[in-house]
Amino acid sequence: MISIENISKWYSDFRVLTDCTTSVKKGEVVVVCGPSGSGKSTLIKCVNGLEPVQEGRITVDGDEVTAKHANLTALRSRIGMVFQHFELYPHMSVLENLCLAQEKVLGRSRSEAVARAEKLLARVGMADHVKKYPSQLSGGQQQRIAIARSLAMDPIAMLFDEPTSALDPEMIKEVLDVMVELAQEGMTMMVVTHEMGFARKVADRVIFMDEGAIIEDRPTTEFFDNPVSERAKDFLSKILNH
Amino acid sequence: MEYNWNWSILFEEQYLNWLISGFGWTVSVALSAWCIAIVIGALVGVGKTVPNKVIRGICATYVEIFRNVPLLVQMFIWYFAVPEMLPDDWGRWMKRDMPNPEFVTAVVALGLYTASRIAEQVRAGIETVPPGLTAAATAHGLSVGQTYRYVLLPISFRMIVPPLTSEFLTVFKNSSLALTIGLLELTAQSQQIAEYTFQGFEAFTAATVIYVCIALVATVLMQLLEKYTRIPGYVGKEG
Repeated sequence: MISIENISKWYSDFRVLTDCTTSVKKGEVVVVCGPSGSGKSTLIKCVNGLEPVQEGRITVDGDEVTAKHANLTALRSRIGMVFQHFELYPHMSVLENLCLAQEKVLGRSRSEAVARAEKLLARVGMADHVKKYPSQLSGGQQQRIAIARSLAMDPIAMLFDEPTSALDPEMIKEVLDVMVELAQEGMTMMVVTHEMGFARKVADRVIFMDEGAIIEDRPTTEFFDNPVSERAKDFLSKILNH
Repeated sequence: MEYNWNWSILFEEQYLNWLISGFGWTVSVALSAWCIAIVIGALVGVGKTVPNKVIRGICATYVEIFRNVPLLVQMFIWYFAVPEMLPDDWGRWMKRDMPNPEFVTAVVALGLYTASRIAEQVRAGIETVPPGLTAAATAHGLSVGQTYRYVLLPISFRMIVPPLTSEFLTVFKNSSLALTIGLLELTAQSQQIAEYTFQGFEAFTAATVIYVCIALVATVLMQLLEKYTRIPGYVGKEG
């Protein structure tokens, strides 16, 4: 489904990604973790072309993202993305947030878009808030809506960029619950997160990154029970025992 | 100081008609110029934020030229110099056949000048929109044009309503410079009344009161606009 081959990326002279190669199969859930500044967010932003890469090749469902004249808008509309700070459109009601791209990008009719939006809002437990504006909702509620907004596009895969890092502790669970449900339904997911409990529960594989390189890329249980690299051991000891 | 106050001249038919006519020209020039300024200002402001370097450069040049040359000089250039610089036929048309030449020139000069100021506010408004929102719109497949139309502009225009209010007031006040190219707007008419009646205090008091009234109405209108377009809980206090 998603294939990343030997990608490297620089911000002027500073190298942020070094020769990263991995892939995500259909229905697979992959968690990307690592210390801050390790390039994990940058890596998943390259998958839908939000960040350009200077070397290497990325394909999603057979379409090359890194091609010179790739039709990125069409490609992006098929990949959902959820951000750390939700990024809901503040001037639109919850319902409009879910309808905008459905109508303008997919060309759905108003009634189709509203029906799809209402169904997904019910699914994430936000059916009572359709008329509210994002700033009138809690962080957890906003993030659940952001997930619903991405799902409204009927994506073939979902990217999550630290979806719970900006949330108060008591709201993390409501967002993770939605993500776990999504994973169990077979959605292809690439998740940047520090939530190791989530990783253990639903991830098929864990990718550990440091200084822009993929250090480990292994099945979840192997990674947790038996990390090979010193850096991964060090990272796990810090993150699991705090 | 000996001065014979005579407020009644303001209500003599001839002078009252002059004031009304002056008021009419002032409002017409200001509102017409405002329409030009909003359209061009929005385009140039957007142009200063697009990825394309050439467009950005052109728009930046526009702003620097029109914002930095005094408005009065711009009025003179449009009225006296531009017809001479154009091909003969066009220049002759501007000088002889163009309807209401003073009005048209004043509207163009004031509109293009105000546009450069609005452009800067639009640019600043767009730049205050968090970059994550653009990323979200892009990630959902919206094109650059759609991102501007549905996300960046609706948010930034709401945020710049307060500075636009002062710009809207300024356009009325700046319209008084049109008297220098012979448009009989409010200031010119008051000056004329002063010359005819020697009642300068009364004449200019009338102009002052009318300008203040225009400003108050404009302020109230903009405040209503601000209240109506406010994003709930996003910027400023709850309406």
